[in-house]
Amino acid sequence: MLPIENYLFLSLALFIIGVIGVVTRRNVIVVLMSIELILNAVNINLVAFSRLYGDVGGQVFALFIIADAAAEAAVALGIIIAFFRNRETVLEDEMDLLKW
Amino acid sequence: MTPTGYFLDHLWMIPLFPLATAALMLFFGKRLPNSAVSVLCVGSVGLSFIYSAGAVIQLLAAAPQNRVAQQILFEWLTPGPMRVGTEHAAHVVRFVADWGFLLDPLSCVMVLVVTGVGFLIHVYSIGYMGHEGGYYRFFGYMNLFMFAMLTLVLANNMLLMFVGWEGVGLCSYLLIGFYFLKKSASDAGKKAFIVNRIGDAGFILGILLTAVTLGTVRFTSQGLPDAAGASGILQALKSGVDAHALSYGAPVLTAIALLLFVGAMGKSAQIPLYVWLPDAMEGPTPVSALIHAATMVTAGVYMVARMNAIYQLAPFAMDVVAIVGATTAIFAASMALVQNDIKKVLAYSTISQLGYMFLALGVGAFAAGIFHLMTHAFFKALLFLGAGSVIHAMSGEQDIRKMGGLWDKIPNTAKTFAVATLAIAGIFPFAGFFSKDEILGRAFDRFFLLWIVGFITAGLTAFYMFRLLFLTFFGYCRAEEHVEKHIHESPRAMTVPLMILAGFSIVGGWIGWPEAFGGENRFEKFLDPILKGVLPETGEVNIAHHAVLKELLLMGASLGIAVAGIILAYQLYCAKRIAPELVAKKFPRLYQLLLHKYYVDEIYDAAVVDRTKDLGTLLGRFDANVIDGVGVDGAGWLARFGSTLSMWWDKWIIDGLLNFGAKMIQLFSYPVRLLQTGMFSSYAMLILVGLVVLLAYYGHHVQVMLRGVR
Repeated sequence: MLPIENYLFLSLALFIIGVIGVVTRRNVIVVLMSIELILNAVNINLVAFSRLYGDVGGQVFALFIIADAAAEAAVALGIIIAFFRNRETVLEDEMDLLKW
Repeated sequence: MTPTGYFLDHLWMIPLFPLATAALMLFFGKRLPNSAVSVLCVGSVGLSFIYSAGAVIQLLAAAPQNRVAQQILFEWLTPGPMRVGTEHAAHVVRFVADWGFLLDPLSCVMVLVVTGVGFLIHVYSIGYMGHEGGYYRFFGYMNLFMFAMLTLVLANNMLLMFVGWEGVGLCSYLLIGFYFLKKSASDAGKKAFIVNRIGDAGFILGILLTAVTLGTVRFTSQGLPDAAGASGILQALKSGVDAHALSYGAPVLTAIALLLFVGAMGKSAQIPLYVWLPDAMEGPTPVSALIHAATMVTAGVYMVARMNAIYQLAPFAMDVVAIVGATTAIFAASMALVQNDIKKVLAYSTISQLGYMFLALGVGAFAAGIFHLMTHAFFKALLFLGAGSVIHAMSGEQDIRKMGGLWDKIPNTAKTFAVATLAIAGIFPFAGFFSKDEILGRAFDRFFLLWIVGFITAGLTAFYMFRLLFLTFFGYCRAEEHVEKHIHESPRAMTVPLMILAGFSIVGGWIGWPEAFGGENRFEKFLDPILKGVLPETGEVNIAHHAVLKELLLMGASLGIAVAGIILAYQLYCAKRIAPELVAKKFPRLYQLLLHKYYVDEIYDAAVVDRTKDLGTLLGRFDANVIDGVGVDGAGWLARFGSTLSMWWDKWIIDGLLNFGAKMIQLFSYPVRLLQTGMFSSYAMLILVGLVVLLAYYGHHVQVMLRGVR
């Protein structure tokens, strides 16, 4: 059995990739994909610790996060499509409606 | 036994007929054809006449002392308790003014004259007004006048009488100004109305003084179901005299009598309020005949006769009435001498004859005054209608200098006019002779000077009336050619009333056939019951014991001066023995004075009218400068100053405080606003930074937590 640190490093790497994607990319779809990476980093974390402590609760929680990620992706893609229809763009620096 | 019968029970219908048609005319008259207007309006007056005649006949069935029919429709002014009487004999009475009608011998005469002569004039108007515009309006006003006049003569109390009094004044105004597009006509209407207001003020004060003195305005309680319990002026006077609260010559009675006489002066055109009547001739001629000769102007005479009980207790007021009457008679007659407008001559003649009537009332010959009122209504209505017929024939010409030679051209008008002229001149046996001699005889008994004035006036009357007759109907025609060609006799609707009135002008005086001629003066006996007064010794003196010889001499004298006047007029204007122009040149001052009517209009203008206008100008200036300047403009300036202050306060203090707060918030929120870029990625970056800061700060807690778990 691999030591826990391997999993944690994998998880950390995924998380950092995801964060960099969220912060730096202009395309909203790529940002969405980066968020999925962050969520999965968390999932790996949860499953690894669940295995380490022999507690199944972490795995159950990971399943919930997968379901949540699916729902979130559906909603977010719907918003993006609607937005694209109105503004014909998916680039986030052109989405300046949040400022009054 | 009080008189009863169908017509007496329906007294209230007499004024109702003309009121109904007047309302119909004024509301719907425009849509009715002229024939329907004629039938309705003349018919309603005819019905009034039939009902009046019926009522009078039924009243005559009763014994002389019972000839009073009174009918109260409803209590008009709700009764209230009122304190009346002098300080020693004050008591509380129940004051009431009702909408009620009274028919006694006096109102009998009036109602028959008003409806009878009124009916004939209405018939005449069909012919006279046939070509005029506003036919329905004319008849509507005429019928409204008949209603008001009948209310006046049939009223059973002074207040209702005043309603009729004002109603006839209104109709007079409307009818004088009938041709209201003509400025002189509308001015004349206004003048009549305003001059009458002065008199009416006196009348209403007289009514009020009567009410507070006697506690009632009802003429008499006789003829009422509860005659003993109800109050009446006559009964109140009687009890006041019996209780010695009021006496012969009491100041309060003199005051009432004088105030009422002021009202009569206005309505009946006596000095000094006569000036409106000549101007009133601007109205259509039937109006002059009906309102300004036969009926309305005699309302003052009727009113004084109606209040005779008070006048008989006020000798000073009686003297005033007599003197004013006599002065008016001779004054107006002198002005009539030189007038050239056919209707103006008749107008001054009317004033003069009204003066005669007041002379009669003033010397205590109430019956003679009413007698002259009646005969005058006949012959003066006839004169006016005849004049209207002449004007009709002359295509609207009214100047007698441009007439002449009409006798053969319009024979019916001319003959009837001559009858009326003989009647007004007082030639035996025409109607005017009897009534005028009755008055002169009574004036002679009372005061010689009054008789002299009346005597001279009789001569003047004969002179100016025959001057009018000669200039109009005799000699050669002085009219312009196209007018002369057009001269024609009036239609039958006009000539038949003339003939009927001519008949009355001849025989109308015979009901007062004097005792000196073997008659019994039935007219005076008929009126006797209501003219007796309260004190037996001051009432009408029975003339039976007067020397017949003296009476015959007086009659001969007045007949003589009338004939003298006629002969003089004949010499001047018919035979042309003396040229009138030479006479005028011989007395230029006098002629100018008479021609300008003693400059009374000018004096009134200068003394009253212009001063009133000056007052108006002054008040206007006061209004413009003081009220508008200081008051209105000052208040406006103050309001504007206040609002400027308030605006400044609002702008700088209230708004300023608010804006200051807002500016402060704006200032302090500036750094926060910098963070809000609107860029998604910058927000994500901020979240990340926040997370890192939180982790850096709380990192050791996490370490501790993890260690604990391990």
